[in-house]
Amino acid sequence: MSAPATHFTEDATRVAHDLRHRGIIQTAMGKYETVRDQRKMWFQDWQGARNLAARTKFEAINHLDTHLAEFARLLESRGTKVHWASDAAQAREIIFEILRAKKAKVVVKSKAMTSEEIHLNDAMEKAGYEVIESDLGEYIVQLREEPPYHLVFPAMHLTRGEIKDLFQKKLNDAPSDDPEALTMVARRALRKKYLQADVGITGANFCIAETGMISITENEGNARLTSALPKTMITLVGIEKVLPRLEDLALFLPMLAVMGTGQALTCYNTMYGGPRQPGEADGPEEYHVVLLDNHRTLLLADAEQRDSLGCIRCGACLNVCPIFRNVGGHTYGTVYGGPIGSVITPHLRGLQDWKHLSYASSLCGACTETCPVKIDLHHHLLQNRRNASAPKTGKPSFFQKLAFKIFAPVANRPALWSLTTKVSRVGMKLRGLVNGSALDPAQAWTKTRDLPPVAKQSFREWWKEREQ
Amino acid sequence: MSERENIFARIKEALTIHAHAHHGTGLPTAADQRRVMPSVGATTDEQFALFAKNAADLKATFKIVQDETELRSELTALAAAEKWVRIATHKSSLAGALAASLNLPTLMTDEGCDKHELEKCDAGISECDALVAQTGTVVVTSRTAGGRALSCLPPHHVVIARREQFVADLPAAFALIRQKHGANYPSMISFITGPSRTGDIERILVLGAHGPKKLTIFCL
Repeated sequence: MSAPATHFTEDATRVAHDLRHRGIIQTAMGKYETVRDQRKMWFQDWQGARNLAARTKFEAINHLDTHLAEFARLLESRGTKVHWASDAAQAREIIFEILRAKKAKVVVKSKAMTSEEIHLNDAMEKAGYEVIESDLGEYIVQLREEPPYHLVFPAMHLTRGEIKDLFQKKLNDAPSDDPEALTMVARRALRKKYLQADVGITGANFCIAETGMISITENEGNARLTSALPKTMITLVGIEKVLPRLEDLALFLPMLAVMGTGQALTCYNTMYGGPRQPGEADGPEEYHVVLLDNHRTLLLADAEQRDSLGCIRCGACLNVCPIFRNVGGHTYGTVYGGPIGSVITPHLRGLQDWKHLSYASSLCGACTETCPVKIDLHHHLLQNRRNASAPKTGKPSFFQKLAFKIFAPVANRPALWSLTTKVSRVGMKLRGLVNGSALDPAQAWTKTRDLPPVAKQSFREWWKEREQ
Repeated sequence: MSERENIFARIKEALTIHAHAHHGTGLPTAADQRRVMPSVGATTDEQFALFAKNAADLKATFKIVQDETELRSELTALAAAEKWVRIATHKSSLAGALAASLNLPTLMTDEGCDKHELEKCDAGISECDALVAQTGTVVVTSRTAGGRALSCLPPHHVVIARREQFVADLPAAFALIRQKHGANYPSMISFITGPSRTGDIERILVLGAHGPKKLTIFCL
């Protein structure tokens, strides 16, 4: 097994047995499910909306070159500096160059999964910059020195008590465990940082090709402040985030809100098309957009799974996934968790090291059914399984061959089959005595699960009895 | 080759393999969007009521005022109730003049202002581009609402709108932005839907995470 696979198996076993963790996740998901379903019904035709969203993303991704060129050209025409990064190291270097040129000391960030992808915070801190995550959930996990737990709810695995203790320890300011009081502690601490920050770094939810704008969706106002106060603003965004037209947001913004948090619309949906323009009151003097490939073009080259580039990172597939809900967000060991992460991580970080994620699925299809842009997630997991096994030999192992050598003659002879079933019924009874113990021949299965009993009567027996 | 050229070469090569369009092709029209999106009612009165309901659900305050005199007295009462000491606003036919009538130290953001001073203000009073009935949203831009920070940094954002700024739904809001600003877009366009909020601690709603704790919308 690869190192990530070993890590996954160990953590999954541990977290799946942690009933406290399960309780926290069930409570959070229960609240989410209620509001999400109310909001879906608020649409006149939710399935129709998913179709339109899938169509729009298909057009966007399958004409990525045209849209991306237009997006960059328009941004540049209004004074934005557009940078291109093929991998994480290049993206970091571009950002460091800007920080050096601006003689920056304090950097304030609003939520950007792309920055997790290139390990930006770590690199900036090592280089001596003070880096502050401003999204409350991200701020909490930053103080805990751990990665975000979930795409949308980074701190959903923590209770208010744990957050109070954390604030007490790190900020020496925690009047109570009331969520409002705790939020105000973070507001006060971060206000100071906003006023000090030299550079603001954001992600983006969408890139509007036709108007040369990025769009950021957030509830707290932290991205609004990140893009208003520091003199330099940097947006780090994946090349796949394009939407063809400004009007496409009319559909995508409410769909993202419904699936992400169960809101009608997220509190702030903001489009940025450049630095402060002539005649405007404020805004950054300089605006940089860093467009990141980082193996996205590999995924683009896989026509079968290209639709997964249409992901809007709403987190809906994580929320419905029985695996995610039992093993938790950190077990994946990836930037993007849950079904979408299991699909794209093998493409972004290497199939052989990450193929185990293709099995982190019951193939129930709940992810595919919920996805607002209709990514065929569970089939992609199957395709990754196929792709991971094909290049080796393409042949079954010795034990697989042996098993079928025995199975085939039995299954081909009705009398022998019937005898086997009868023997199995007796066998099942005897096995009951050793169920789950080391003596149990099916122990690998029964350690954690029940073995389904052999039916009391086969269909043929039932049919015979019925004819009499 | 530059990195830009490298990336474009990879994209072009990848796209030589065609993907199957499982859900159809072609970009949806505004009419397509409206067929699937939440309905907003047929008459402007219904839409007006829908905005009021949405604003209430979002914990924003929405008040209809008959004329500028009533607006002035409402604003004066609000300033007294919340004990405003300092306010911020921008030059504009409505918001600027109203703010002046409060006789409070007033920071004008138009020519740029010290962010530390703006942070000390008790309220930011701005105009807007549109009110969206479908979602209870206020649309502001950096050009028409006093810049980027005015509507986000002070703890109370007061919006002064006119009845004719109402639009029914999101497609109409985007059409309006295109019509009004299409020749030269402002550097920021923000759809504000209620006061700032977070649910990051145990998914419990808290208002005023980083932006305004209160949002008041007056409509003439």
